[in-house]
Amino acid sequence: MSVTLSIIYLIATVTFVFGLKRLGHPDTAKSGNLIAAGGMGLAIVGTIFIHDLEVPTIIYVLIGIAILVGTIIGWLIAMKVEMTKMPELVSLFNGFGGASAALIGIVEFGNTNISATSASVVATILAAIIIGAITFSGSLMAFGKLNGSVKSVIKIPQYNIVNNLFIVSVVALAAYMVAGGIDSSLLLYALLAGGLVYGILFVMPIGGADMPVVISLLNSLTGIAAAITGVLYDNMVMLVGGILVGSAGIILTVAMCVAMNRTLVSVIFGSFTATAGPEGVNKTLGSIKSTTASDTAIMMNYATNVIIVPGYGLAVAQAQHVIHELEELLTGKGVNVKYAIHPVAGRMPGHMNVLLAESNVEYDMLVEMDDINPQFNNADVVLVVGANDVVNPAAHNDPSSPIYGMPILDVENSKHIVVNKRSMNVGYAGIDNELFYNAKTAMLFGDAKKVLTDLVAELKNM
Amino acid sequence: MENLIEFISNNLQIVYIIILATFVGVELIKSIPAVLHTPLMSGANALSGVVIVGAILVMLHSDPTDYLALLLGFIAVVLGILNVVGGFAVTNRMLEMFKKKK
Repeated sequence: MSVTLSIIYLIATVTFVFGLKRLGHPDTAKSGNLIAAGGMGLAIVGTIFIHDLEVPTIIYVLIGIAILVGTIIGWLIAMKVEMTKMPELVSLFNGFGGASAALIGIVEFGNTNISATSASVVATILAAIIIGAITFSGSLMAFGKLNGSVKSVIKIPQYNIVNNLFIVSVVALAAYMVAGGIDSSLLLYALLAGGLVYGILFVMPIGGADMPVVISLLNSLTGIAAAITGVLYDNMVMLVGGILVGSAGIILTVAMCVAMNRTLVSVIFGSFTATAGPEGVNKTLGSIKSTTASDTAIMMNYATNVIIVPGYGLAVAQAQHVIHELEELLTGKGVNVKYAIHPVAGRMPGHMNVLLAESNVEYDMLVEMDDINPQFNNADVVLVVGANDVVNPAAHNDPSSPIYGMPILDVENSKHIVVNKRSMNVGYAGIDNELFYNAKTAMLFGDAKKVLTDLVAELKNM
Repeated sequence: MENLIEFISNNLQIVYIIILATFVGVELIKSIPAVLHTPLMSGANALSGVVIVGAILVMLHSDPTDYLALLLGFIAVVLGILNVVGGFAVTNRMLEMFKKKK
């Protein structure tokens, strides 16, 4: 590798670290992203043009076409995607990264004289293929689950054992190929197929509420796949870039697990079982009280502190713009309004923040769980829109609940609670919510967008 | 086990880099507020597109008559650049929304 290219890779690596650092603060995030993107562009251009290989023109043309096609598609997707679809988009891109790593591994397997190469190189190639394949099919599966095309949470008895035996045999096959230096394309494709199948098996049983964890984990795996290809080429920018993504993904995965009081193992091995049916029958939680938009408007109009708890249902109803209007209106009337954001609100880490930012909500009005929880005591009205499990007191006081121990927003400490829901259906986790039966709670039934529009209209008339 | 020790002693530099980069990654991400988790994730996602460097190397080293390798390399470059461009562009779009309005 030429000195110039090494220096380019070094600069690119530094931009990645620096870019990630700046992504950590709202004021510098945008420039951080651009800095990292610049470094990436530099690394790509350098790789294409700085080398001492005799490369026929046709290859340059092909690379050019590939880059042009990918750039146009990527750009169009990025500009058009709705913010509610971010989790799907990230899953899809994760899958592409994984596929790319697996393909590189396959080509390198063909180019390498396996029986004459050191075991560590063969192991690296096979690892790139397996991890790339798992990331690819797992991400597509997650994509399918998120957009609703794959609905079922399949639970075969002994699923975990089947799953684990499967991945162990895939790894054993790889180990056999490495140890024996076996150059068999048949076994290679078996390994590839094994990785693809495992990706599906691994994501399929994971419940919807655990999706933020899965996305973080897959994100991390893509990084690891990239890092492994970096080892293969002894390429520092790939290695460091991949490792940074890998460790970032792990941190977010752990953060999401903590936010749900679940261990990573229990997410992957899916001990989360919805027991809505029998529980709903066995328990009589009391009666519910419903209210109207005008009553709610009056209550809010005379409140000093109002806290809004938005959930994914808000985004599904496309009501994030109306809620901002409501918040502005209340603020104009001298009411102190804040949003309480649970770490797993939405379908990926930080998703709710993006959805509200899209509606021009100031980010300093979005208060994280640990900071807002003490403030519920002073709240006159809490408006819960499209959220359910993250405000379910069962997490505190019902050891039999599947969400027991999960940190929640303590909305029950406030003076009045208004919950907007379309119906009494259970939440994403599929469990009943005793908050709705609380004496302080009033239910405001209806589509979030319509209900909030009514609320805004009522408030305007006051 | 022997293989692992052989790998470590042959690639000592790489092992150091992996360990140190992991620490850097963890330290960088640890204190990021939840507000920025989604942009961070899609930005990191774009970074994992660095795999495109490998895809380009595959194509540069390919024999122009090795159609299979060229085809796989071509697809790998398309997917890699898609991940890079799409990832950075959507992150930028999201962060535009986080701008202070006042």
